Amino acid sequence: MEPLERYRPIVDEFEAFLAACKRPIGNVVRVNTIKASVDRATTALEEDGVEFEQASWNPRVLGLETDSPGSTWASFHGFTHGQEEVSAVPSVVLDPEPGERVWDCCAAPGGKATQIAALMDDRGTVVANDNNLGRISALRFNAERLGATSLAVTNDDARNYSLKRFSFDSFDRALVDAPCSCEGTIRKNPDALDNWSEDHIHSVAGIQKGILRRAIQTTREGGTVVYSTCTFAPEENEAVVQHALENEPCRVVDFDLDLEYSPGVTAWNGDEFDPALERTARIYPHQNDTGGFFVAKLEVTG
Amino acid sequence: MVDDTDADGASEDGSGGLESNDGQRFDRLPATDAERTVEGRVSRAAVLEYFEDRFAIPPETFEDYTFWEKGAGKIWIYAGESPTPLEIEAIGMTCLRTRQEHWKPTTDFAQRFGRHASACVIDLEREAAQRFAAGEDQELAWEGDWGYLIAAHEIGGSREPLGIGLYVHGELRSMVPKGRQRDISRD
Ligand SMILES: C[S@@+](CC[C@H](N)C(=O)[O-])C[C@H]1O[C@@H](n2cnc3c(N)ncnc32)[C@H](O)[C@@H]1O
Repeated sequence: MEPLERYRPIVDEFEAFLAACKRPIGNVVRVNTIKASVDRATTALEEDGVEFEQASWNPRVLGLETDSPGSTWASFHGFTHGQEEVSAVPSVVLDPEPGERVWDCCAAPGGKATQIAALMDDRGTVVANDNNLGRISALRFNAERLGATSLAVTNDDARNYSLKRFSFDSFDRALVDAPCSCEGTIRKNPDALDNWSEDHIHSVAGIQKGILRRAIQTTREGGTVVYSTCTFAPEENEAVVQHALENEPCRVVDFDLDLEYSPGVTAWNGDEFDPALERTARIYPHQNDTGGFFVAKLEVTG
Repeated sequence: MVDDTDADGASEDGSGGLESNDGQRFDRLPATDAERTVEGRVSRAAVLEYFEDRFAIPPETFEDYTFWEKGAGKIWIYAGESPTPLEIEAIGMTCLRTRQEHWKPTTDFAQRFGRHASACVIDLEREAAQRFAAGEDQELAWEGDWGYLIAAHEIGGSREPLGIGLYVHGELRSMVPKGRQRDISRD
């Protein structure tokens, strides 16, 4: 927990935050509406004798009272997919519509890409990319298990991604669920901070900036780009969005989210960020008893 | 015209001037057999006919989907946009294995589209469904055709497809792939 001390100045109720980070996290699944309605999925769970609780902000997110969420009929049928509650936020903020062209730049193992497909009623094109071939096989497995027919899977570095292979030359929306230092997953992976270092934060921030810039460049004017991480470090969050604001035609926009969260910070370690960064969301573990996440919504203006 | 020194490995030998299949890329299926340019490639019409003849899945079910081949005989179903040919990791999902005597649908396809089927569907009781999901073979009575069936059970009073089984000699063999098999509690 040592590394988290650096966030004392920016996190309200810091002791509650630390205490929450030490608590293990419950089992949460997302209902995969490609294969079943929320009604049908919950009926299957009831028949399995599995108790569940619907998230207040999203009826498709269910907390399960079971130690083996994979051994249910709902899971065998792909009605449900294990996905942490906050990890269901970015795709909802992206708000894709059926028929659109969407790029998920860092998609493996596919929780958010399949959620995007589901939000589009599995109509349209979701290009799910990842540069790690090993993780691509997990992505493909999940896509088939969840019955997502609108996914096209590619294996490239998102920073210099080419659209030449497709029959279109821009996306309507893009999700950058970036590789990060994963501080916010500490409740799920108690060893998440074992290899923590400021150097790592700075090097991964460089990659994040490159991916976000490419996502903005490949999205049409008026289109939407969502940037998210599962970490608290402002270097990987506000500073990355700030870099995009300075270098690409885009602006930060508001979004509705029925969860408790804190606004993005506008200053960190002597750096100042654009006031618009207050429109981004920092979701801390103690606020909704979840993991930690950062989400920013951008509109492409050129 | 292709000749037999073509870099793509195309050959005229015994293939009536058709190219040979390139297993590394996705090619969209021709609409009909008559429009075929690659040897042994099935057509969209043949795929729809198979699903209709075998499982009584109405062809309209697939109106908004395209079918593709990558790898020898592996057919993929896709809802998105794409030019053909295409060299990427995957589009949509694998749905059918052709280029063999008995075509074989995938379990993931059966789960996704099997609700539209009304023939060659075998309904399993709770315990038989559990065995099927665990990947076990079992003796079962079945009056219909032998071969690949869609196994199903009931959830909330309506039928839900489990996957593909092979029925022969009074036995239903679960074709659920290893990674998809589950031990659902047998209380
Ligand atoms: C936070 S994970 C994505 C999780 C995924 N969105 C989901 O919901 O299942 C970040 C991913 O980015 C990938 N990645 C890292 N660097 C990349 C790059 N330069 N281009 C594309 N993907 C990259 C990693 O392999 C990793 O799978």
